[in-house]
Order: sequence, then structure tokens, then C-alpha cells
Amino acid sequence: MNLLAEKYPEEIQSVLAKYPPDQKRSAVMPLLYLAQRENGYVTRQSMQEIAEILDISTTDVGSIIGFYTLYYDKPGGRYRIQVCTDLPCALRGADTFLENLCENLGLRVGGTTSDGLVTVENVMCLAACDHAPMFQVQTGDGLAYHENQTPETALRYIESLRKLEP
Amino acid sequence: MVNLVTLTIDDEQVTVPEGTLIVDAAKKIGIDVPVFCYHPKMEPVGMCRMCLVEIGRPAIDRASGEVILNPDGSPKISFSPKLETACTTPVSEGMVVIGMSDKVKAGREDIVEFLLTSHPLDCPICDKGGECPLQNLTMGFGPGESRYIYDEKIRLAKNVPLGELIFLDRERCIQCARCVRFQDEIVDDPVIGFYQRGRSLEIATFSEPGFDSYYSGNTTDICPVGALTTAEFRFGARPWELNAAASICAQCPVGCNLTFNIRREAKSGGNWAIKRVMPRQHEAVNEIWICDKGRFAHHYTETQARITQPLVRKNGELTPVPWKEALLLVSGRFREAGNGLMTLASGRLSNEDLFNLSQLTNGLGGKNVLYSHMGGGDLVAQVGVAPGTNFADLGPESAIVVVASDLQEEAPIWWLRIKQAAERGAALVVLNPRPTRLDKFARHVVRYAYGSETAAVLAMINTLSVKRPDLPESVRALARSAELESAAKSVAGAENVIILFGSEGIGLEASSALAQACANLLVITDHVGRPNNGLIGVWQRANDQGAWDMGFAPVQDLSEVMSAARALYIVAADPAGDDPNLAETGDFLVVQELFLTDTAKLADVVLPALAYTEREGSFTSGERRIQRFYPALPARPECEADYAIAGEIGSLLGIEMEARIASIVMARLAASVPGYMDDTGAPLSYTKLSQVVEQWPIIGRDDLYYGGTTYENSQGLGVQLAPAAQRGEPLPLNWHAPSAVQVPEEGLLAVPITRLYDRGQTVMPSRLLHQRIPQPYVAMNPVDAGRLGILDGATIELSWGGSISFLTVRLDETVPASILLVPRSMGVPLYQPQVVEVRQVERQAA
Amino acid sequence: MSQYILLRHRETADLHKLEGYRQQDGFQAFHKVVTSMQPDAVTEIVKASGLRGRGGAGFPTGMKWAFVDRKNWPHYVVANADESEPGTFKDREIMERNPFQFLEGVAIAAYAVGAHSAYVYLRGEFWQLAHQLDQRIAEMRSAGLLGENLFGTDYSLRIYTHLGAGAYICGEETALLESLEGKLGQPRLRPPFPPSFGLYGKPTVVNNVETLANVPLIIANGAEWYRSYGTEKSPGTKIFSLSGCVNRPGNYELPLGATFRELIYDYGGGIPGERAIKAILPAGASSSLIVATEQALDTPMDYESVPNVGASLGSASIIVIDETVSIPWLINKTIHFFKHESCGKCTPCREGTYWMQHLTDRIANHQATWEDVELLEDVAGQIKGKCLCALGEFSIEAVLSGIERFQSDFESATAVQPAASNPQPVEASS
Repeated sequence: MNLLAEKYPEEIQSVLAKYPPDQKRSAVMPLLYLAQRENGYVTRQSMQEIAEILDISTTDVGSIIGFYTLYYDKPGGRYRIQVCTDLPCALRGADTFLENLCENLGLRVGGTTSDGLVTVENVMCLAACDHAPMFQVQTGDGLAYHENQTPETALRYIESLRKLEP
Repeated sequence: MVNLVTLTIDDEQVTVPEGTLIVDAAKKIGIDVPVFCYHPKMEPVGMCRMCLVEIGRPAIDRASGEVILNPDGSPKISFSPKLETACTTPVSEGMVVIGMSDKVKAGREDIVEFLLTSHPLDCPICDKGGECPLQNLTMGFGPGESRYIYDEKIRLAKNVPLGELIFLDRERCIQCARCVRFQDEIVDDPVIGFYQRGRSLEIATFSEPGFDSYYSGNTTDICPVGALTTAEFRFGARPWELNAAASICAQCPVGCNLTFNIRREAKSGGNWAIKRVMPRQHEAVNEIWICDKGRFAHHYTETQARITQPLVRKNGELTPVPWKEALLLVSGRFREAGNGLMTLASGRLSNEDLFNLSQLTNGLGGKNVLYSHMGGGDLVAQVGVAPGTNFADLGPESAIVVVASDLQEEAPIWWLRIKQAAERGAALVVLNPRPTRLDKFARHVVRYAYGSETAAVLAMINTLSVKRPDLPESVRALARSAELESAAKSVAGAENVIILFGSEGIGLEASSALAQACANLLVITDHVGRPNNGLIGVWQRANDQGAWDMGFAPVQDLSEVMSAARALYIVAADPAGDDPNLAETGDFLVVQELFLTDTAKLADVVLPALAYTEREGSFTSGERRIQRFYPALPARPECEADYAIAGEIGSLLGIEMEARIASIVMARLAASVPGYMDDTGAPLSYTKLSQVVEQWPIIGRDDLYYGGTTYENSQGLGVQLAPAAQRGEPLPLNWHAPSAVQVPEEGLLAVPITRLYDRGQTVMPSRLLHQRIPQPYVAMNPVDAGRLGILDGATIELSWGGSISFLTVRLDETVPASILLVPRSMGVPLYQPQVVEVRQVERQAA
Repeated sequence: MSQYILLRHRETADLHKLEGYRQQDGFQAFHKVVTSMQPDAVTEIVKASGLRGRGGAGFPTGMKWAFVDRKNWPHYVVANADESEPGTFKDREIMERNPFQFLEGVAIAAYAVGAHSAYVYLRGEFWQLAHQLDQRIAEMRSAGLLGENLFGTDYSLRIYTHLGAGAYICGEETALLESLEGKLGQPRLRPPFPPSFGLYGKPTVVNNVETLANVPLIIANGAEWYRSYGTEKSPGTKIFSLSGCVNRPGNYELPLGATFRELIYDYGGGIPGERAIKAILPAGASSSLIVATEQALDTPMDYESVPNVGASLGSASIIVIDETVSIPWLINKTIHFFKHESCGKCTPCREGTYWMQHLTDRIANHQATWEDVELLEDVAGQIKGKCLCALGEFSIEAVLSGIERFQSDFESATAVQPAASNPQPVEASS
């Protein structure tokens, strides 16, 4: 039983349609995003299902998860707040911003809030150097930029996420 | 026509074919360019950067396109400012390569220093220590010291099982990707891969079971560090303590060349023990690879269960007796039996054994029977592949037909070499009733119904309009199919054709007919009597072909033939263990064996044989290459070689036989067995079989970094025998109409298939493979199962005639409708298709 | 004459909408080439314009198109939208605000090399942007600008987006192709180059987003018009992404050959707090550090002149460094980046960036001696010229130039007393 194939038949078809029929392997990255929708990470089961859909080995799928930083094989917070602290952002205070944010949330970089809502991570350049400090928020089904941030705006945003929780 | 290119490497000129890489060109003139990631059997990747050299090329004048000359008339050489990788750069005319300059020396020192920054330097406890490319190249090319702070070294897991056979030490890995590339490029099992990136890059497997491949052991040979080790050799011994003995794998008809590494050790009670099995290079047989069965299934030769002295039944009990007593008893009873002696022997035995057994039996006018359920060895002797055959030479001008064989399960190294031939452009035609892993590489896949294999081959002949044999109804539609027609045309149009026939789903009668049909196809398309043309039997045992050549052939009605014998001499076979209907003892039963098998337990006399690792001899492979194996372990004191026992008995009966010296047995054999001669027509001898020629790539000398730890072959490449067709004998055309087995309208047809890891006597004692050896099972289509209300994993009762077996069900969509696949050597005495009844006796445990 | 070729949305409303773009003669160039020009003639115009690749290498675009192997089909065009160089954020603005000009560039390139499928490979973080582009592409299809038998000819074209997933190395064109094929983003051996062996082993043109966005106006207005911008050897305009210690960071489109001074002071509003400028990284983290002398500030920013002050123009991601910034701290940042982004395929980059990170960590934290600085220089030198691709080579640019040109910073960092501190953050301005 291939749960992924059963749940997202149309999405999978439209992804596969992008690539030549004999090059299905190209679809591994889009399908990993699809698999991540559910839990915010890719389960072993989903890896096998993707491998089956694309006719490649589960190891081929697993390797991709390991290589690319936006895929996860372990659960994290429901929202991953990813702060860029590369050189241009750091020159505009991103390191301090990240430090303050973590302090306020009572966690270390890479940590998750006790309610499982937010994981704060430190990432590499996000091509928003002119609007630092900034972060992106990765959830199971998307990724959005938040630019020109202060610890206050970031915390307000996190509060708003908390309110969305059931 | 290959264009040749001349270049200069370290002041020495070399001429090599266009496209050769610098690293290989250098190797050919004995210049070592150090490498870690490069391997002569794989595509270059340029990852490790160890092979840096300076490369100069003749300077070309841009305007005229002419080579610019120095004042002395020599071409002006312009050197690239950067060092370049010798492993990725093909040679070009006039190129000048410098591998010995200070710049190159410094570059290589830099790379070694980098590699060692993350390496644990735990050589004293590393299994690779002593045969380690990193160790050797560090000595040869390293800087001699490191400026890296030891405390900053990366610490990683050192004991990571990639499955139960292969272990990974993450600290030692230098990310050369040889293992990953081998699994992907060479064997198409991409079940290990890189995980993470940068310095965190590590080898990982996501397969179930871990590192799920029949070829996994080879990665430990080509790993240039101690990162990958086998569960068997891990912390088992140091390489320099080991002795090496050349041998041949006894597990299948490929005849892979092996080396047994042995050591005398305290933990084996002061005895010699096999510490590991390594491949030995034979480019025309196994290249430098072996399968995991060959590597990990050898333990049967050393088990405690071995019989260690002759036994004679006294008062109903098998009782130890001196050899002389046993032999006198046996020879006396054999004399009484006279032409009522039947010798039943298997292809587990060497040519020398089988020859002496046949001499003995023939001397009394008795009957030689091969314990096998597959026919056609006589035809292979007639139209087998001719000397000089090498799968590696097959390319676009060739066709390979594989019929009725799940080749990866039956002969993994043939599968590998045929896959590679197909990748080089050979037309691969696969005829099989169900999909196999060879299909992916096939140009034509022809599906026939179980039982219609012979008809399918005849249909190909029919298509070619040369001869129109009558076809049964079951293949009429297939015979008109475009796929079959184009497959037939590929065969007819190819310069070279090799056909491999197996025993997928069939028994003796059908496989004999199939072999004949294949022979017919080869003969009418004129593909016999030449190198790279002919018929190959995918036998179930290593020396089945040798047994046929020595005059043994299987019989259809084994039970009856056995009953009729006045004395039975069963050697290296366990019919009673395989099939209760064959628990036939006759008046007098002698069993010559390694173990006290079910058959031996019934015997009047049991004679303890030496394992093939304890003596010398020869096997004839499916390609009819006769190859020597040598003693690896000392002979057990109370055991004897099979040929010697037969010889002793023969001598007591006054039959002129050699009982002591294997080479003399070979000389006698060569003098009397047709075709056992070398290419000059001289009878074969051990001396001839021991000859070697230099092979490419160069493997196993003091340059372990290049090809890995596979052993160099200095003990003999053997001799490929000329088939009768090449010796000018008449060709064996025969047009029996095939009798196709009908799949029943109702009920199920059970057919025997072969699995690599079975529950046979030479596999079960393996100390390593037990997790991969399945419990007895049967595979069936989910639709049939659904119809019968049978669940995946359920236990069923399988019955026909008087036979009843209890088996686990595996549902498998690739099994054709109304078919049950029953793996051989798993306790079910099914040797040919049988209509069976199935009843679920226990639902799957939840 | 308009100020903009690429950032036209800044002066034209609704350019990001299909109708708005069409009102500005959008897709006229694509229509013209498909209905009235031979593919090779298109390539000739691009060649004549002198357009050079804007991704960093500056390779002549027309030449790249002409290299596409005409004996091996099909062909592909791949737009490199993996913009990941620290300090670079120009492609994002083009794709967000002037998407159709970019897509028209993709389409013209595809026609010129006979490709019927084109892929836009976006870095994974451009998730929203990719979805926006998908919509734009769908609009183009509905408007008959993509699909089968375009404008009544037998030319057909599809454009697809493909999202990466967080790997700087995928900006390297062969790693990008590997990634697009569903494999690890590790660079291939070159040669062969993509125009002969690219996507799925087929001839492929890989062009940067900005490069392609130039193409429609070059076709519409001609090569001579394009050459009227910029310098002789570096024609056209360039988007300079300005970031770091500067009052008005952002993208500035200027003719190639404008000076650093003009960009930083006239457009960027100078350094916050009137601090002194110390150094310039002209090509993001992959740059050598230029000592910001008066002469350096007056250097024209084009492919030929920047090397005169010891660096390359690269992707023109100008990171401004002021006097408060410690260079050891700076290279520690860049080395962390490269160590994190090294794909691990080749030894010098994988091991060298890891080793350099340990060294720069200690140096930046004042726990090192001068010997460590010398060792760092040695290690960087050991990497140099030995890597499989440019990433490893880029990683040492700031290190080697930093140690050579800002030696006193390293002396202070390794002195007993800490002498420098981390830079003071500047106020974010929008």
C-alpha cells in the first residue's frame, strides 16, 4: 500500500509530468516536499513509497534527505524559524538578533519550544541581505520570509502562531 | 580499429589506445600514480585529488593550427599552471606527464595531510592494517607529520553495521565513494549511498535488510581504508599472519577464482582455519569479484558435524572401523554386485573424483548416475562455447540469450557480466515466465507460460523461417508476437551468440528438451564452434558439467533405478534427505560424504571424504573451463579424497586406477575423456592448468591502492575446452516435438525455482548468512491467494501424490496466475512442475 | 533613455502582471524570433551584444549558446535561480517584480538552441517565489505564449520550475544539473561541459536569471543599443547587490564600469555613523577582500578592472566592510559558510574547509597564536588549485587576501590582549 500515492495522486502526476518519462528520478525532490507536508519530516515509510513511485532505491531517496538541508528525517517544531547569520546579515546584527530571540524563547539554537511549536535554527544565506535581520519559517507545506526583524517583531509573530493552535 | 596515442610519462614513452586515462597508461609501464577514488573497473570521478600530476601538451599556434616547435625542432610543450588529475584526464598525442616533480610531490603531500586530518590513525587495531592503501600511500607520498591538532579530530561512530555482513567505521572512511559506485555502476544495487554532505558525509543504507546486495563483500576489497570490513574478518586476524591458498568456488557453475586466507590459531584449538575468502583475479571468469555466497558460505567445510572416520553398520549401529576393514567390505560387496553397482554422485565432486568413480563403476559394468535434475550436459560438450570465450569481449556485435533462468539467483557473477555486456551494447534476450532482475538490461523480454520454454525457443527458430518445427498450441500467440520475432532476428543477425539455459520451473526431461532446442537454434544460425558462441548450462552445482563429461548423467526415474541396483555407492549426495521417496538402500549402501546425512544414516558403510578445501583437484565450469583448486587446509587425518577412496576400492577389485596423486588422475582422465585437451591438442595436465598470462588491470601486487585486495592470479587460469563442434564432430540437431506442460484450469501448478541462499548442506552451516537464508516458503500471486483466502505470511499445506509440506506463503505480484514458486533446497521434494493442492493451516500471526 | 534594463518595474507599474508586461511590448521579442528568425540568428545577436554571464564567471552568453552540440538531441535550457551567494539578492527581485522579462529571456534562449523544455531551478528557500512563477507560467500558457505550435509555427516550448532544498553548491551548474536529475548536488567532472553533456546527458544551456532577463531587450533593441551601456569589454548594465555596512543596502542597476565609490556613497548613502570604509567584498563571500583605498573606490566595476585591485567582479554582490569589523571575525563567518556548504566530494574542500574552520574559530576568539595564522595561510594554500569545482577555491579567497592585506587585524587577534571586537550592528533600514 502506497499511502503517498493514494493521498496525492494528482500532485504526483503533475510533478511527474514535468520530467521526461524515463527521468522520473528528477521528481524525488518535489515528492520529498510532498511527503514532508504531513509531519514536517519524511518518515521511513514515505521514503520507501517515494522510491517505489520513482523506481529507485530507498537509499537513493534517503541520500537526498541527508544532503539537502530543507529535508528532515526527524520531527522538529511545527514551525521551523530559520535565522540567517551569514556575513551580510551578521553585519546588520543578525547574530545578536538570534541570541536575543533564543534567550526570550528559553532555548538554544537548534532547540524546540516545550510545546513543540517552534524550532529555532541558524541557517546560511537566504538572499535577503538587504533586509537583515531576517528569518524564514518552514512548515510542512510552505516556506515564507520575514524580513527587517527585531526580537520584538519575531516574538509577536510567534505569539500569533501560538494563537492559531487549536 | 583503435587509434593509438604516444605520450611521455616521467621521461618514458608509452603508446596506448586513444581514450586511455593517464593513470592507466602509467600503470602499463610500471609507473605508479597514487589513487584512492579511482578504480580501473569504474568510471573516473576525480574526487580524492591524490593522482595530481603536471601535464604538458604540445603548444598549438592559434593562427595556423600548427604545433609550435622549439629551436631544436622538438614540439614546444606548454604546461598547465595547475596540477591536474591523472585519473580523469585521457591521454593525447605528444602529451608530457610529470609525476615526480617537487610540485607534484608537494601536491600529493597536501592531499595526504588533508585525508589524515579526519582519519583516526587507529592502524594497530584496524583490519586493513598491513594491506591498506591509505597506510601505504601515506608512507610513499605523505608529508611524514601532521600539523592538525589531535584533539580537534572529528569523532564518529566506529561500529556501524550496514546490515549484518558489512560493518562501517565512519572515522576511517575517506569518502572516495568506491563502495557506493561499485554498488551503483557495477552491480546495480544502489543500496548504500552518501548521507549528509561536506565533512559530515557518511555511508548509509536504507535497504531492508541493510546493505541488501549479493555482492556486498566486494566493497571491502576495494575500500582503500579500513572503513568497510566484513563481519567475518572484522578483528579476526592481521593480514600478514595469513597464508593464502588458491581455490575455485564450489557454489555454482561460474567457477570464480578464490583465495582462502588461512591461519593456525589458538582459538581454533591450534588448528588451521579459514579466516576469509577473497576473490582471485580471472578476467575471463569473475574478473576481480565474487558473490557473497562464495565469500560467506564456506563454513560447511569446517563444521564439527564432519564425519571423521569410516563407519560400518554392526548390529544395526554405525560403528567406527579402520579404513582397511571398511574398504575390504565395500570392495567385496561391489564385486558381488558386479554390474548391479550403481554409483550416484553429484557435481560437488571434482573431475578427478568423478573420473575415478566412473572408472570403478565401469570396471564392474555398473551404472554411473549424476544426482541432478537438469539435462543437456552432453549437448554443452558438443556445442558449448569455444576456447577464448569471454563475456567481457561481447559488445554490439553479440547477442546473449538467457532462457529459463533467474540468473542473479543461480549464478550471480554471470548475471553481472552479462549485464555489463548488455550495457556495452550486446543484444540481451531474456526468455522467462516471470520477471527477473536481468529484464532491466534486456533488449528483448519474452514471456512464456511455465512449461512452454522449449516451445518458446522453437518459436524463435520458426520465426527465422529456416526450419519450421511444429509448435504446441500454448505458444501459437507468442510465436506471432513482434517481441519474439525481433528477439529471433537479434540472434540470427548477431556475429556472436551465447545461450544460457537454466532450470527455472522445470525438471530433467524439460531441461533436456530445452537444451536441445537451444542447441538447434545455435546450429541453424551458425553460432557454434567459435569463441564467444555456444551453449552454457546454468547448472545447480559447481562441477555438473565435469560430471557429464566424466560420463555421469541424471536419470528420470531415479527411485526405480536405485531400487534395481544391487549395490548403491552414493557420493556427495543426499537423496534421502532431499526426498523421502529416495530413501532407497538396496542390498548394500555405501555413502561417501562430509556429513552424516539422512542418506548416510541409512548406509551400511559410511566413508569420510575430505572437503575440497583439504585436497587438490579441478572443476569444469559451465563455460567448460577446467580450473585447478589447491589444498588450503591440512587433510583431516582419517578422511580421504573422494578420488583416492574410489581408487583404493578399484585397486582392491583389480581395476587399474590411480589412488594417490591427483595430477596422475588428471593425466589419465585427459588421456581418455574426449576433448580434455589443451589448445595444441595435447592432453591436459596440472602444469598446463597452472599457467598464467599477465592480466589487465594489474591487481594484487604491492599496489593495493589501485585495484584493491583481490589476489593476483599466479596459480593458473585453467583451460577452456574445445566443444565437439569445434573439433569437427557432427552437430547434434534433433527435432523432438516439445510436450508443453499445461497449467491446470483449476488448481495450482507448483514449479521449482532456484534461490541463491537456500537451505542446502553447503549453505546452512554458514556462520554469516543465516539471517539471509529464508525459512521454507512458497511464493504466489496475491490474486490466487485472495481467491483461496490465503494471507501473506500464512502457513499452508502443499500436497501432491503422497508428498506433504508445510510452508510460509509470500505474496508476490510477479508470480504468474495459477503458479506457485517453490524454491529448491528448502525441504520440498519438487523437481518438476506438479499440480498441487494448497490448504491454509494457520493464519499469519498478527 | 531609460535608466533600467532589468529593474524596469521600478519605473513601470504592473510590469509583474502579464497584461502590464505586454503593454510594454512584452513578448514582442519572443514573437519576433519564433515567427521570423532562424535560431542561429538569435544567437548571433546575443553574441554581438557582448552579453556576459551574470552568475559570476562572466562567460560570453552567445558563445555558450553556440557551443550547444547540434548533433545530439534533445536540448535543454536551465535557468540558474539558485541564488545563494552571501550578499546576492538580485535574481530574487527580478523574478518577483519583473518575472515575465526573465521568462521571455528563458523562452528566447530555448528557441535559440532548439530546446522544447526549459527548467527554472530555484533554491528551495524561494518556495513562494516558485509558486508565483508557476502561476505566471500558467498565465503564459493560457495566453498562447507557451505550449504547442507557438504563434502558428511548429515550435513548442514548456517551462517548468524545480525547487532545490538548501544547498549552495547547486549554484554550480553541473551540481545543479545533478540535483535536477534527482541526485546529490555534487559537481561533475568538466569537461564535458553542459553544452555538450548537460541535463540527462543532453546538450544544455545553463544561464543565470539576470543574464536571461537581458535577452528580450537585446533582441528588441539590437546589439548596438545594448553595447551603448557599460564598457567595451563589459557591455550592458549590471545589478549590484549592495549589503553590509552601508546606509541604503539594496539592488542597484548601473552600467558596468560604474565605480565602487558611486555605488557605495552616491547610491548606497555611505557608511552608517560616518565610519570609515575598510574593505570591500565585490563578489559576496567568494571574494578576495579589497582594501578600500581611494584608488580602489574609484575603480570601475567591470570584469576587467576589478582584478586590478586584487579581486573579481563575480556576481557583483558588494559587501561593504567598515572600520569596526575585524577581518579574522569576517573570515570566520565566510569559512563557516563554506564548510557548511562543501558538498564533500573532493578532499581539499571537504577536509580543508573543516580544518580552516577550527583555525578561524580559534583566531576569531583570540585563542590562537601567530603560528595558527601562518598555518591557516598554509592550509588555504594547500587547497588552492586542487579542488574539483570552484567552491573550494572560493573558500580561500577572503582568507588569503585577508591575511595578506589586513595583517594587523590578525596580529591583534593573536596578541595576548584582545584588541578587536565584533562589529556594531547597524540599524536595519527598509
